[in-house]
Formats: sequence, C-alpha cells, structure tokens
Amino acid sequence: MTDTTIPQTGGLRLPSMSVLGPIIALVVLLIIGAMLNSNFLSAANITNVLARSAFIGIIAVGMTFVITAGGLDLSVGSMAAFIAGLMILVMNAALPSMGIGIPIILLGMLTAIVAGMLAGLLNGFLITTLGIEAFIVTLGSMGIYRSLVTWLADGGTLSLDFGLRSFYRPVYFDGILGISWPIIVFAVVVIIGEIIMSRTVYGRHCAATGSNEHVAHYSNVNVRRTRLISYAALGILVGIATIMYVPRLGSASASTGVLWELEAIAAVIIGGTVLKGGFGRVWGTVIGVLILSLIGNILNLTDFVSPYLNGAIQGVIIILAVILQRERKAAS
Amino acid sequence: MRFTKAFIATALAAAVSTAAFAEEVKVIGVSIPAATHGWAGGMNFHAAETVKRLEEVYPGLDFVLATASDPGKQVNDIEDMVATRNIDALVVLPFESDPLTPPVQAVADSGAWVTVVDRGLSVAGIEDLYVAGDNTGFGSVSGDYMASKMPDGGDIVVFRGIPTTIDNERVDAFTAAIEGSGINVLDMEHGNWNRDDSFTVMQDFLSKYPKIDAVWASDDDMAIGVLAAIEAAGRADIQFVLGGAGMKEMIKRTADGDAMMPANVTYPPSMIATAIELTAVGLTSNAPVSGSFVIGSVLVTQENAMDFYYPDSPF
Repeated sequence: MTDTTIPQTGGLRLPSMSVLGPIIALVVLLIIGAMLNSNFLSAANITNVLARSAFIGIIAVGMTFVITAGGLDLSVGSMAAFIAGLMILVMNAALPSMGIGIPIILLGMLTAIVAGMLAGLLNGFLITTLGIEAFIVTLGSMGIYRSLVTWLADGGTLSLDFGLRSFYRPVYFDGILGISWPIIVFAVVVIIGEIIMSRTVYGRHCAATGSNEHVAHYSNVNVRRTRLISYAALGILVGIATIMYVPRLGSASASTGVLWELEAIAAVIIGGTVLKGGFGRVWGTVIGVLILSLIGNILNLTDFVSPYLNGAIQGVIIILAVILQRERKAAS
Repeated sequence: MRFTKAFIATALAAAVSTAAFAEEVKVIGVSIPAATHGWAGGMNFHAAETVKRLEEVYPGLDFVLATASDPGKQVNDIEDMVATRNIDALVVLPFESDPLTPPVQAVADSGAWVTVVDRGLSVAGIEDLYVAGDNTGFGSVSGDYMASKMPDGGDIVVFRGIPTTIDNERVDAFTAAIEGSGINVLDMEHGNWNRDDSFTVMQDFLSKYPKIDAVWASDDDMAIGVLAAIEAAGRADIQFVLGGAGMKEMIKRTADGDAMMPANVTYPPSMIATAIELTAVGLTSNAPVSGSFVIGSVLVTQENAMDFYYPDSPF
C-alpha cells in the first residue's frame, strides 16, 4: 500500500488520488480478506457486511450533506437510540388496539421518520436561527437523547412485543431476489443522495455554503435554509436507519448506537468529503462505510491480531485511507 | 376520598415515628453508578426497592440514595453526604476503584461504617464490610456446566465482555474448568457486553466456522445478539447458548424449557440489596456483620429458574 506514486506525466491520465485513494483502500481490503479466509467472498458474508453497513451508511449519506454545508452532527447515534426506543414504545402501546399487522408497522415507521425530522429540525434551528456552534448544539443533544432513552428504558432494555417482532423481522432479514431490505434501502438512499449532491441546485448550495458562507450569501444562496434542510434530512435518514435497525434485535437500550456518530463522520471523511465543508462526495461516503465494516469483518474472520488491538488497526487504516488522498497535494 | 385519608394517616404515622425516634435516627448513605446498562439498571431497581422497604422496617434509619454517571460525580455525592447529612454508614459500589479510594477512606476515618459492594477499593482494609459477586465462580460454574452438557466434547466459541479484570477472571476460570473435557475453543472475541456487537461477531463466526456445537455468550445481552444471528443464518448445528447474569427474559426462556437456552449463571445485581440489608442490621442490632460476604454464582436450570425470576425488575 505504500508504493502508490502515480506517474503524473504518463500519456494516460489517471484520475486524481483523491478519487483513487478510497477505492484503492477498499480493493486492498477486499484482496486481504479474500486471501485470509475463503468464506470472505461468500454470498452470506457479503450480505452480512452490506446489511450491517446499512445503518451507518444511511446516516452517513445525510452526514455528507451536513458536513459539506459546513456543519457537523454528533447526536445521530443517541438520536437513533432514542428514536428506536420511542418507536418500540409507540408500537407496544398501539398493539392492543391495532393488533399485529401492516398498519402498526406503518405507524412505527411514521413515528421514526417524524421523530427524526423533528430532532433534526431542532438541531438545525438552534444552529442556524440561534447561531450556536454546531459542535456544541449536537454535543448537547447527544447527551439529551442518550439520557432520554436510558430514562424511557428505566436503565434496562426496551423490547418490542415478541409477536410483533416476529412479524416485523423480515424488514431486516428478508428482501427481493436474495438482496435484503437494508441493502436495497441503503442503495436507494445513496442513489438519491448522489443525484442531489452532484446534479441539483441544492447540492451546489450545500457546497457553496460550506465553502464560504459569506460569498454564498452574496451569491443569493439562502445559507440558513440550506443548512436547516441538511439537518432535517439527516434526522429523517436517522429515522429510516432506525426502521431497519429495530427489527434486527427488536430492542433498544442505553448501549444502542454508541459511537455511530463518529463512525458516520469517519466514513464521510475517508470518502473524500472535506471536514471543513465545501466539497462532498456521496459515493465516496459509501466506500468509507464499506471500508469501516470490512475492517471489523476481516478482524473477526481471522486470528491475525489480538482482539485487544482491533481499535488500533481500524485507526491505522482510517488514517492511511486519508493519507492516500493527500498524496497528490503533497507531491504537487 | 380513601386515597387522601390513607395519605394523611401515613403522613401522621411518619410524623409521630420521626418525633419518637428523633434523637436516635441514623443515616445510611447509598452511592451507586447510574443505570447506564441492563445490569446497572437492575442494581438501581434493587437499591431503590430495598431502601423503600427498610425505611418502613426500621423507623430509626434514614437513607440517602445517590446515583452517579461518572466517578467524579460519585466523589461529589459522597462528600455531600458527609457534609450535609452526616451519615453514620456508607454503602458504596465504586464506579472505579482508584478515584473512589481516597474519599471513601475519608468517610471511614470519620468513624462511619463503610460497606463496599462488588468492586473493591485500591487499598485493603478500609471497608468494614465487603459484599461482592464471584467472578471466578461465575467462570467456573459456566465451564463446569458446559463440560457436563457436552460429555463428548465439541467445538465452542466464546464471547468476552469489555476488556477488564472482571472479564479476565471469568474467562480464566472458564478455561480452567473446561480443561481436559474435550471442549475445544475455536475462537474468542470481545462482544463488549453489547447486543449489537455480539450479533456482528456471531455472524462472522458463523461465516468462519462451518460447525459450531455451542456458544458461551457469558452474558445475557450478548446471548440475545448471538441468538438473533444464529436464527437469521438458519444454522442448526449450534445446540445451545449459555448466557449469564440472569436477565429476566432469559430466565423466563430457561423456565419455559427453551432448548437453546437450557441454563443461566447468576451474577445478581440484587447484591446491592444484600449490602444495604446487612449494613442496616449492623447499625440497629448487636449482630456482627463485618468481614466479607461473597455471593456465589449459581447455576440456573429449568427446575429452579422461577426462583430467580423478578418480573418487576428492569433487568
């Protein structure tokens, strides 16, 4: 992975390292995984990795917009836990009157999306209208949602009614043509996100806002609204991720979604989006998410390193993936 | 209204009893970590229940219960108890051993009775009474059960908790207990006492090993993640999963005869109740209660499961 010096003078012009970096890192990981374990490329393992990437992935797509527009959201992990808890409470409460069926699942989904949107709007309102630093606002709401879910669960675990869980379970484990629902939803979110980011006015407004707020403002970009929408959209995506998460284990507790925010942010940055804002790449985020999931997967599939060192390996690969992108700047 | 009457009656009774024992009321401070995960939630529940019960049993005792979300807050709690309530005894489950040792020592030096629960202090001899769970016993009871359940040996995977001394003691005792039984540990990985982490790890174990005979999940939260992964993969080779700590949902499954969950090993969060009760006995009677009290980890099977089932507890 070290000899990645790309001949800049060659006749054939390769895409820049910032584009190639994350792709190279992903390919290297895939090769390492395939060499270390024969089951790595099996359909079951690939499905597992993609499906478990979906939660962070869906959230990270929203995070790409927030970061591109010059913001940050640290609250998404605990927001997911809180929404999961709320969704379980609402569905359990509606069970006696509605019975097990499609309507109660739709009610749960609606709860998640509305709660996510409101939570996102609240973050966005405090950041844009009241002008408080995004880091501080979302650090605060991170603590608030984490405490709320602990309180709702009485320090224990909120569990979906068993019959209801069996009915809802296929939303995580089943799918169409062998592709499970989380993967399909993740793919749809990514495609829509990529189109909005690279082909619409809103995507350009996000980049302009993140790049230079004042210039964007004088160029007739509604900075405040652009940011507000990015936080609300992220909230909705957290709701969608939760809809996929709840049927998996049917429960939520204080330990749900811990550190998801940092994984999402890391995925966005590995993918080539600039942490300071101004430039975002949705497809890059997808690669970032896959890199993070694959590291964990490969470490579990091999006895290569002590499990105590898993975090260290992840850290090294995150930093390497980002260094790969900087190669070009350092050389020029 | 009946409710109002009952309320007034209780209030009067309380007022009378307070007046009668006004001079000799002793205060017991209880300081515990906040309910941030399942086991701690259960411990908070039992602490609150015990305090409520004992305040009725002993009119001469008053209780202060404080929960802390980090070691610093717990130190403040204890200092406040000494300064503002002048406690006669302290029951403390230290968040971490090192930061809590000096403040608890100060309480002991002031002449108050000190009961330490579960996690020991860094300096020996501070506490008058030590009430703790038995991590070594937890591991060896689990190991013995695995060995007896698999007389012909077999391949298992092991889930570890968050890397800590507690986890090491359990796993070492477990490894010693299955030695020579023909049980082969295919792999050990940290599931961090977390459902989601252990779900992921179990999925990967299932990809990695075509045949696994049993799983030592070592904790009921991790067992939930493990069971979900097995169910999703549709694998029939795993005969059973052994959890631990006695979560009520898991105890219920054992009681109902679930073949995947044939047993459990206790590490009861209600040990806080033992500590508070013994402290109360020590303050109000001549019965000696100093020393240490180790609560054994007990094997729960279908026969005795209902004795360990607390439907009202959050854990």
